[in-house]
Amino acid sequence: MSVLAAAAAPVHLGTGEAVVFWILGPIALAGALGMVLARNAVHSALFLVNTMLSFGVFYVVEQAPFLGSVQIIVYTGAIMILFLFVLMLVGRDSSDSVVETLRGQRVAATILGIGFAGLVGAGIARATQHLPATGLSAVQQGRGNIPAIAELLFTRYLLAFEVTSALLITAAVGAMVLAHIEREPGSRQSQKELSRARFLTARPQTLPGPGVFARGNSVAVPALLPDGRPTEESYATGLEPQAVEEMPRPTGREQLGGPDAALGTLDPAPRDVPGGSPR
Amino acid sequence: MTLTHYLVLAAILFTIGAVGVLVRRNAIVVFMCVELMLNSANLTLVTFARAHGGVDGQVMAFFVMVVAAAEVVVGLAIIMSIYRTRRSASVDDANLLKY
Repeated sequence: MSVLAAAAAPVHLGTGEAVVFWILGPIALAGALGMVLARNAVHSALFLVNTMLSFGVFYVVEQAPFLGSVQIIVYTGAIMILFLFVLMLVGRDSSDSVVETLRGQRVAATILGIGFAGLVGAGIARATQHLPATGLSAVQQGRGNIPAIAELLFTRYLLAFEVTSALLITAAVGAMVLAHIEREPGSRQSQKELSRARFLTARPQTLPGPGVFARGNSVAVPALLPDGRPTEESYATGLEPQAVEEMPRPTGREQLGGPDAALGTLDPAPRDVPGGSPR
Repeated sequence: MTLTHYLVLAAILFTIGAVGVLVRRNAIVVFMCVELMLNSANLTLVTFARAHGGVDGQVMAFFVMVVAAAEVVVGLAIIMSIYRTRRSASVDDANLLKY
């Protein structure tokens, strides 16, 4: 009877674990929400890194230090970097369109999500409220987590482990085949042909680089035409063109002054009239 | 604070990932949402392994991670090759097989 009563009471975990959970749980939640809500895909990736790091700590707290380190190394270290690489290759300006293809899809998906979360969360909470926290000390027998995992991995799950190697090789070969560009031999243009083709166009010279004749050397500063207008040909892809006056300064503007002050005074200002005009 | 908290958190994160898959149009972000769903499933596996006193769940989570890594590699390669031909990473633009 006392055993039954002990099994029926909810099993409470340590205070330290509760502190870790209540700090990192909201962080993981905020990261997930931020990933879905962020308009910029790079921001989404960084939010997801946040969530995955929290998951790594959760694994360590939940007596799975091996999985925790694998989570941090493989997920945040390798997979997310892969995501960021592809984001940079595909282009930062390929951000999400705001247009809804199906009308009301977002609202419907949100309602569906809230309903699903309520249903699954309540069901899980009700079904597992008397879940025992047996712990892994009986299985690990003081050897630690990794020998226990290794023992299982190389005996009971040996076949799955071997199949995994085939999966990884297939994935690597598949990625190479998909990402590879096959060029016909001889289709590569020589420098002479490229230069000839360029001189046949209306613009044989290169595009003006950003920052040419501008008072800043950032790629976001467009080149200036002689009359002071920015030239659109020098806009960098994926960056909002910025005026020098609006750019962030390395230190406070009060200390450095404006860019004009850094260049020195233009007083007396040169005049358009040759020879200057009387002041 | 019980093990249920972990399970409920994993369920909520799974839902957020699922909603993200439905809502977002950028194929790479959709992929990230799938990763989030896989991760929350892993958290559930690890929690149940602890609850029942066996490392089988951890081995399963390990296999899920391996499969997720392979899936990401192939998926991103597919996204890149689609981007190369269609000049877009939006899931709405890959509609050549539609009609």
